[in-house]
Amino acid sequence: MMDQATIYAMAAVIVFCFALWGLISYAHLIRKIMALNIMGSAVFLFFGAMTRRGEPETTDPVPQAMVITGIVVAVAATAFAISLAKAIHRRTGQLRLPEERDA
Amino acid sequence: MSDLVVWSICLPLLGAAATFVGPGRLAPAVGGAFALATAVTGAMVTWLVYDGGVMRHELGGWGAPLGVELYVDGLNVFMLGMTAVVALAISVASLTYFGVRDHAASGPGRWSSAGGYWPVWLTLWASMNLAFASADLFNLYIALELVGLSAVALMLIGRDTQVLTAAMRYLLASLMASLGYLLGVAMLYARYGTLDLYLIGAQLTGEPATWMAMALMSVGLFVKTALFPLHFWLPPAHSSAPGPVSAILSALVVKVSFYLLLRLWFVVFADLLSPTFGQVVGVLAAGAIVGGSVQAILQRRLKLLIAYSTVAQLGYMFLLVPLTIPYGGSEAWHGGAWSGGMYHMLSHALAKSAMFLAAAAVLLSVGSDRIRHFRGMAHELPVATFAFALAGVSLMGLPPSGGFVAKWFLVSAAIETGQWWWAVVILGGGLLTAAYIFMVIRYAFLPPSPPAFKPVPKLLQATAMVLALLAVLIGLRAVEPFALLEMGTPFVEAAHVGTHQGEVAE
Repeated sequence: MMDQATIYAMAAVIVFCFALWGLISYAHLIRKIMALNIMGSAVFLFFGAMTRRGEPETTDPVPQAMVITGIVVAVAATAFAISLAKAIHRRTGQLRLPEERDA
Repeated sequence: MSDLVVWSICLPLLGAAATFVGPGRLAPAVGGAFALATAVTGAMVTWLVYDGGVMRHELGGWGAPLGVELYVDGLNVFMLGMTAVVALAISVASLTYFGVRDHAASGPGRWSSAGGYWPVWLTLWASMNLAFASADLFNLYIALELVGLSAVALMLIGRDTQVLTAAMRYLLASLMASLGYLLGVAMLYARYGTLDLYLIGAQLTGEPATWMAMALMSVGLFVKTALFPLHFWLPPAHSSAPGPVSAILSALVVKVSFYLLLRLWFVVFADLLSPTFGQVVGVLAAGAIVGGSVQAILQRRLKLLIAYSTVAQLGYMFLLVPLTIPYGGSEAWHGGAWSGGMYHMLSHALAKSAMFLAAAAVLLSVGSDRIRHFRGMAHELPVATFAFALAGVSLMGLPPSGGFVAKWFLVSAAIETGQWWWAVVILGGGLLTAAYIFMVIRYAFLPPSPPAFKPVPKLLQATAMVLALLAVLIGLRAVEPFALLEMGTPFVEAAHVGTHQGEVAE
């Protein structure tokens, strides 16, 4: 018998794997950056799934604090990655790394 | 006294803020002053721990398991001290480097890269110190992410297309790796309900969730440390960055994730380490040594050659894993292999930063890093050539250099534990290293032919020289660093958990 938290946690791992596949297989930089964001969201979902724990069930605030911090990091990293992608586009006219082709 | 640890993180951050807000003209002076202060603080923490033992600091008065703790033992301050020395030297070199380069590129008075360099570099330094002082898995994630982001940002001081694409590749690899690490952290927290390294290590059990966390965190950090065959991002990134930045990336940044891997393996997952695991890591390490060295020999550009050499040298550090883990029925952890591997890291940090700074000087002078343009370098740039050769001596592992001491320890550990095949890899790797170092030296001593060499600042060459000399000299006096490493030996388990929970020198 699986409880709710386990289902969420397993969903998180599956989403993480799909996003990792996307990150590796797509050449387009914006797609790569989006894949990274989905990977991040999967991790946050996993953290969310384990806020309920123990007997009797209480809400654990620590994972929430970690998710909030993680979101801040993700926003900063995404902004940085997008500005870098824009700079590459300005310079080369392409939104991909030179040696990569679309799968 | 444990406040000093906090200052080793806060001082460079303050410096970053000051150089960012203040006028760009003053950035080198202010940044340099803060770099000096940070290095002195790092050295003082190192001395205090060497003298007085483990230090612990509860940030905001909140202790583990809930609060974030800073924890420094011998291994931490070994890293902290190494960073202080190398980072200070690179700071001095960059004082002259960026001034000269900007002058050559755009004439005086235009946009100065030093204005952008100092805030990012000091942030990177603060993040590295944070990573070395944290004993909390999530805090370590933040530190890793900060190190990754600021390392990529630092590369962007160089502004050609090659740097941009290399930086993008580095950024994507680094973000992917830290998310893998973070998912591992989540799994460990779900299972053990704490983020403290030592508390998790004390109650670890081998079950699927723990194994999965270990796999995710290890592979993530393999990518960040550029362990063969996940090193795809390293050569373009380290070779295209501006001179001092290459030195920072190769000498220090990859060591952060390496250090973290060791902490994870030998503190958190120590009970799960098996001889098989050691042999698997050893095979990757051997692949790095052979693959990286052969690639280095095939390169025709100096900075790519040095970057591939980093891939190879990282392999030596990973060899400490199969050699330290009990092998062949023996129960004991091999402390000599551990110390040898860590010592190799120190001598590589010194030698590699010297090499990249020497390469920066040559690049400024010749205007190209194609090795065939280096004819006559020994005559025109004697100091840089000598620094390169001395650093090479340490990388090859010739006596009396630091690299020799490290390899001596690794080889004797391989023979003592009956794993002679790793000794063959270590010695064979030394020969391959000699091949690519002598390839460069040979061109340096050929009779000069035009193009002419432009003069380069003496200070830049001198810092390369000082670092290279240190890389050789640490081979003569290895007692103190080894004593420090013994304080950080993670497999004296009982003592470790004991000091952490009970009597600690505050």
